Amino acid sequence: MERRTFLKISSGAAGAILVPVFGNAIAAEELMNPVAIAFKKSLADAAMNAATKAGASYCDVRIGRYLNQFITTRDLNVENIVNTESSGVGVRVIANGAYGFASTNDMSLDSIAAAARQAVAIARANSKLQSEPLRMAPVKGVGEVAWATPFTRDWRTVPIKDKADMLIAANKAGLDAGASFMTSTLFQVNQQKYFASTDGSYIDQDIHRLWAPLSATAVDKASNRFRTRDGLAAPAGMGYEYFDARPADKIKAAGGVATLYTKSYDIVDDARAAGRQAREKLGAKTVEPGKYDLVLAPEHLFLTIHESVGHPTELDRVLGYEANYAGTSFATLDKWRTRKFKFGADRVNFIADKNEPGSLGAVGYDDEGVPAKRWDIIKDGVLVNYQATRDQAHIIGEKESHGCSYADSWNSVQFQRMPNVSLAAGKELLTPDEMVKDVKKGIYILGRGSYSIDQQRYNFQFGGQLYFEIKNGKITGPLEDVAYQSNTQEFWNACSAICDQRDWRMGGSFFDGKGQPSQVSAVSHGSATTRFNGINVINTARKIG
Amino acid sequence: MKVLTQEESKRITDRIMSLTKADECTVRVAGGRTGNIRYARNNVSTAGLVNDASLVVQVAYGKRQGTATINEFDDKSLEKVVRRAEDLARLAPENPEFMPAVSKQAYKASQTFSRASAAIDPEFRAQTAAYSIEASRKNKLVCAGFFTDSHSFQTVANSNGVFGHQEETNIDFTCTVRTEDGRGSGWVKRSATDVARFDAREASDVAIEKALRSVDAKALEPGRYTVILEPAATSDLIGFMLGGFDARQADEGRSFLSKKGGGTRLGDKLFDAQVNIWSDPWDTDVPVMPWDAGNMLARERMDMIKDGKVSALDYSLFWANKKGVRAIGAPGNMIMGGTDKSTAELIAGTKKGVLVTRTWYIREVDPQSVLLTGLTRDGTFYIENGKIKHPIKNFRFNESPVTMLNNIEAIGKPQVIAGDEVPYSMLIPPMKVRDFNFTSLSDAV
Repeated sequence: MERRTFLKISSGAAGAILVPVFGNAIAAEELMNPVAIAFKKSLADAAMNAATKAGASYCDVRIGRYLNQFITTRDLNVENIVNTESSGVGVRVIANGAYGFASTNDMSLDSIAAAARQAVAIARANSKLQSEPLRMAPVKGVGEVAWATPFTRDWRTVPIKDKADMLIAANKAGLDAGASFMTSTLFQVNQQKYFASTDGSYIDQDIHRLWAPLSATAVDKASNRFRTRDGLAAPAGMGYEYFDARPADKIKAAGGVATLYTKSYDIVDDARAAGRQAREKLGAKTVEPGKYDLVLAPEHLFLTIHESVGHPTELDRVLGYEANYAGTSFATLDKWRTRKFKFGADRVNFIADKNEPGSLGAVGYDDEGVPAKRWDIIKDGVLVNYQATRDQAHIIGEKESHGCSYADSWNSVQFQRMPNVSLAAGKELLTPDEMVKDVKKGIYILGRGSYSIDQQRYNFQFGGQLYFEIKNGKITGPLEDVAYQSNTQEFWNACSAICDQRDWRMGGSFFDGKGQPSQVSAVSHGSATTRFNGINVINTARKIG
Repeated sequence: MKVLTQEESKRITDRIMSLTKADECTVRVAGGRTGNIRYARNNVSTAGLVNDASLVVQVAYGKRQGTATINEFDDKSLEKVVRRAEDLARLAPENPEFMPAVSKQAYKASQTFSRASAAIDPEFRAQTAAYSIEASRKNKLVCAGFFTDSHSFQTVANSNGVFGHQEETNIDFTCTVRTEDGRGSGWVKRSATDVARFDAREASDVAIEKALRSVDAKALEPGRYTVILEPAATSDLIGFMLGGFDARQADEGRSFLSKKGGGTRLGDKLFDAQVNIWSDPWDTDVPVMPWDAGNMLARERMDMIKDGKVSALDYSLFWANKKGVRAIGAPGNMIMGGTDKSTAELIAGTKKGVLVTRTWYIREVDPQSVLLTGLTRDGTFYIENGKIKHPIKNFRFNESPVTMLNNIEAIGKPQVIAGDEVPYSMLIPPMKVRDFNFTSLSDAV
């Protein structure tokens, strides 16, 4: 479930009270000093020794230091700048065949050993209601290793003034181009994660992510109407070079209706277009409801992939572990066992990937010490696999984990989270412009809009940011009030064309919520522009009082 | 961290005030312990205990403001957090919309604390899970649930003499019970300040009964139906709408409460005359802190909708100052008035209709009309001649809560319900509403 959390963080005055839940503010000079590896190893060994001595058959330790910076702006004003830090240790054990977990922000040897013993006590208590003991797929210890997000410019070294100036320049460009109001926000995340386990791994990772959402609002007071156009860029797992705005990283959407961004982002350029297009939306034609062929840009399709393919193939949902919150899944084990369940058309191939450079989900190892990998989920339209952690692998006959374990903090317990799940590009050469030429009655949709899907991932409804009518192979003009409703299996079986690798790029979700208590994760989804035939479109315009 | 007494908190906030050299300073201290137990597939999956606290220091030099937080409370750490906030304030650009800290407030205490809730231990949590698990196993059903309890404190203070300190307790329980073949699903949610109002056995039985009754759902053609909406079916719809009661958005022309040609719809009758919605920090069913922790203004009892008319909008300090309006602390709860009628009585008075247990994954489709989409879940039933006739498949809806609150035919007795994505407690009645717009069927159970 893609949460609305970020709205709370960026809602002006509320930011000051809400943001600090992410951790403690830090001075800039302290950001660059990581905790010494030898110290982290000694803490981890203390926890593992205490847990083993207390009777644990397995123990893993995660020592985390989470650094974030958020800058929120409204029109020409910087509303808030917050630096946060959170450090501590989480200890997970298996005792009597059950999990136990405890955490502490007191990084002393005594406190960590106490947390380990508490985790063992909780595991013993939990084991009383346990009907079957845990079975963990083996992981070979990797010794002392390290992994870091590749980047060329560290966001932590960029002066705050430069970042604030960039956001204000974007807002000004949007206002000058026609917006009545602009907001933009910069989220910067650095997770320093040290993982150790009784399997013999000591893994040090340094992970970086960025997102700069913006929104333009155009108001027509005379008619009492308003429209918004949000930014079209994806969040990314990279450094501040993301904002280099290289000309080579700008591409044109089909028909030249928008500029899109690949490996770096021109936020001022996008804000200018957002201001102009928010104004244009006020005069756009309202959609006639009915069946349309939809041409969906990757900037839009990523969220449909996330909700209709990513979530239903999470094995914990399939098994019922999320039944009380996010829900279960239509992609049940009996369907998978047939090796014939047609999730989508033959051309539909989904790949799970924890390695894709620049993606939000790229890591060296997951939060169980499993090396990142790549595997098929849907092959030639057939459901062939799921996303699994160590304790789930045996259920689907796998000899090892997929490496899908993640916790959003040192103080939260790791569980199954989504890897990057992406739609493979089409095998035949096809550009978005060529795809549009084959459409008689269609709609071209860009950007993430409204999104909702049921708890087993059958019925969904999605909107976007920009809609363009396609008639007899040509884009004829903008549309408004568009949303499409479909059923996951029908939708992916209606996939009639996929553009080739030249058009493949990623979108991403920065705040994906799951679990109780809820945890957030970040994940990317790649695709090329893709066409779906005969999809039901509704008109969302309403009149009230 | 242990729950600090008023004296202990006061010592910390006084120390912070004495350390800063900034023009003004506001301090928030909050913390305590949260316990939880989670279960699924009739087994406990995780259980945890989190002890934590945070100290938020916000300082300003002129119109430059900085915020820093820390969770250590020794003298060195207090000094460190003040210097960090001061450093950030010096780096920040001037904010033309900066508002100075509020003057001294009179906070009237509310009953947010229960001794019984504060005494909850791991044994109690395990027993709560055991009720659902054992009853589900006995009925050949599969349950998944989550129980969480907290005992915490909150302290607010500023350099103008504002000071408030209060303890609070909360419990929250949700349980989903499904048939082994996945053809039936039931759900229940309970929230309270005082755990004495919570009965795990009674709550689990509600979910079990809904699971058993929802098997073999029949498909009903999508369309407009008379619906009986239980409180969990409307809590997030109404909460979402109230989130749009922002005065600035309305004045700026970007809200459903904006008036054609300019201005707001404050005072307009937008809803059925039976609709009364207010907030009240001293309500004994859904008590909340008597201050708005954001700006530290005292809360008051506030009518948001009175006899169907929009009777208040939310003003930030800046916007209230600009518009010459007296600012009040933002509401922390939501109460909708009702009658003494039970849900069963509303059903008994319905010739044909649909009973909705809850709605889920609600998102805004069009802010212009607050058109929301989402789905029914965990117990949707067809009503005929005053009786529940059979379970029906879940629907997707596209409906505006403004329209929903205009189409009310009958209102029942308000019940406590915590929002799913709306972050506060509510007291909402079950409602009978005509012409609720179901737009498609969902196969999800």
